[in-house]
Amino acid sequence: MTAQAQTLTAKDFKSDIKPVWCPGCGDFSVLSAVTKALAELQLRPEKVAVVSGIGCSSRIPAYTNVYGFHGVHGRALATATGLKLARPDMTVVVTGGDGDGFSIGGNHFLHACRRNVDMTYIVMDNEVYGMTKGQASPTTDPDWCNSKLTPEGPGVTKLRPLNLALAAGANFVGRGFSGDPNEVARLIAEGIQHPGFSFIQVLSPCVTFRSEQRGWKDIVRKDTLKPRHTMAEAMQVLAEDDGFNTGILFAGDRPPFQPGQKAVTELAAIERRFAS
Amino acid sequence: MSKISNSSRVIVCDGNEAAALGVGLARPDVVAVYPITPQSSLVEYVSQMIADGRLQAELMNVEGEHSVMSALQGAALAGGRTYTATSGPGLAFMFEPYIRAPGLRLPMVASLVTRDLLTPQCVWGGQQDAMSVREAGWIQIYCETVQEVLDTIVMAYKIAEHHDVMLPVNVCHDGNYLSYGVSRVELPDQAEVDAFLGPRDVNWHVALDPARPMAVDPLTGGAGGGGPAMFVKYRKGLCNGMQNALRVISEVHAEWGERFGRFHAPLVEEYSLDGADYALVTIGSMTGAAKDAVDAAREAGEKVGLIKVKTFRPFPVEALSAAFAKVKAVGIVDRAVSFGWNSGPVYQESLGALYRTGRHIPAISFIGGLAGADITAEHFARIIETTAKAVTGAVPDGPVWVNENDQ
Ligand SMILES: Cc1ncc(C[n+]2csc(CCOP(=O)(O)OP(=O)(O)O)c2C)c(N)n1
Ligand code: SF4
Repeated sequence: MTAQAQTLTAKDFKSDIKPVWCPGCGDFSVLSAVTKALAELQLRPEKVAVVSGIGCSSRIPAYTNVYGFHGVHGRALATATGLKLARPDMTVVVTGGDGDGFSIGGNHFLHACRRNVDMTYIVMDNEVYGMTKGQASPTTDPDWCNSKLTPEGPGVTKLRPLNLALAAGANFVGRGFSGDPNEVARLIAEGIQHPGFSFIQVLSPCVTFRSEQRGWKDIVRKDTLKPRHTMAEAMQVLAEDDGFNTGILFAGDRPPFQPGQKAVTELAAIERRFAS
Repeated sequence: MSKISNSSRVIVCDGNEAAALGVGLARPDVVAVYPITPQSSLVEYVSQMIADGRLQAELMNVEGEHSVMSALQGAALAGGRTYTATSGPGLAFMFEPYIRAPGLRLPMVASLVTRDLLTPQCVWGGQQDAMSVREAGWIQIYCETVQEVLDTIVMAYKIAEHHDVMLPVNVCHDGNYLSYGVSRVELPDQAEVDAFLGPRDVNWHVALDPARPMAVDPLTGGAGGGGPAMFVKYRKGLCNGMQNALRVISEVHAEWGERFGRFHAPLVEEYSLDGADYALVTIGSMTGAAKDAVDAAREAGEKVGLIKVKTFRPFPVEALSAAFAKVKAVGIVDRAVSFGWNSGPVYQESLGALYRTGRHIPAISFIGGLAGADITAEHFARIIETTAKAVTGAVPDGPVWVNENDQ
């Protein structure tokens, strides 16, 4: 037995449970990217927790070899926040779908961004509820008519997750494509290393209910987003964004929420300013 | 002689489609949905009817069940007839606005496609969801067959909107077994259903009425002042509405039978109870297999009958105690658990009805069908055997877990 911990590979972060996703589902590559990133950072499995909600994409915790929790639909971020505050030494990764994160859990997304707890949130966005067999989600185009629930299209403006994350205060914002798992792994590794709340949208096709998303590979632009450091600059980039640029959009410097340390009200400083 | 309506059509469909067809016939104004297994196909059928123009209603595809129930309360406050359906975790998430509907006396109708509750993770049938909200103030009616699902949905609107009731109704049908179980169904004619439901009559006192603008449910009064007395008045009113519902549910079922030729037991069904020494008590779709097992046992000379609970809220104390008075032991089968009572909820509540009979007969709690497990005719044969022994006093200690040794 050597005292030296051995070098871990991506395989060491995969469990032996076989994913039940449909063949060709984008989530396979996201799983690979998560394990690759954890290996690249040489994190110890017992120091990492993957928390999810409910959905096809939310099955990821069972397929990894780190701590995992398959939570309640839409509440992964709240659960993860509690976990991180109880164990600040853990690396916390949150995974889920666009329905879980932006529909039923949309409220938590906003507050997780503004609270800026140090964790990384990966949303596998397939613009559909895969698990319940193909209903429109908040990121679905208003004129998508292939859902039995909304045969005439959802008819509602689509939500723009990166804009929201930025506006709500996320400290790191990026977008990847499951067709390029190495790039997604890089984004995840960067997100984990960046202090505060990191949000990564991964375009991850649902081949069963949105087979046309196979065509994303021809539309997605590789690494066209370069890290901006102010919200204004990043917002400007988003004003021109069609949702298919990938890379790191924003890397901010807001100090993360510190467990055990209340957010400091700088009242005294303000008073001093007025007094002088 | 049963009177089959000339204009009804025979179709083949599953319980979810039957529920949707019932909804279509009842013509709600607003439907709000969030999909969940095993309810999803039901709301998809409703949505398709709206898209095809077969149902003139507004469909709201919202971001979760909490919003579903809130949106529908807005619609009901405006005098709209509403519908939704949910299951398990969806009902759990809906709970906050859900518990306000009875106190507001909003006559809403919602299907519970029953599903067992987590944890462990589970997407399969069971009645733990519906049983967990049995004190919320909603009327709860459990269906046995696909036909009963369709018929009960329509009847539910008449019950809910009856002036002596004014309470929301949950029509419960078992996830998996009824939601996806296909059977022959008679589809009543729209005009006849319209005649059955009668002219639309929005009488609820909280509905937005231009002649009487009012702020609904403000926080008024205070401890020791008008507050508690007003609170008691509303609580009592709700209890009275529930008690009235026992009569109204029976009347509505009788009228349905007269008009459509299908007489469903409104509160409690007595099956093969004549000359029975002991009986099974069932609820929901398990009743079919239980009846088969009872028939087989009868043929073999066993004096066994069956009592089916159809309406669970209001609890049919009188009807049940009348049935219990006819037997010497009962085996009560639940598809849910009453934690802390170490029994099933139907069992635990039946004890109240037994008390009413003034006789202390042996009663056994059987718990089966959890997380989609099948309670087969063989299981029921064993349940019958165990209950038979109870007639002479052999009662197991604690509940019998029906599927405990299933492979
Ligand atoms: C409270 C509640 N409501 C509804 C559901 C049903 N449900 C499970 S997953 C899901 C949507 C999943 O969509 P998404 O998060 O986009 O994940 P995907 O399956 O597409 O990966 C829904 C509606 C649930 N589990 N809990
Ligand atoms: S339904 Fe869609 S999201 Fe779910 S596993 Fe299949 S391809 Fe993936």
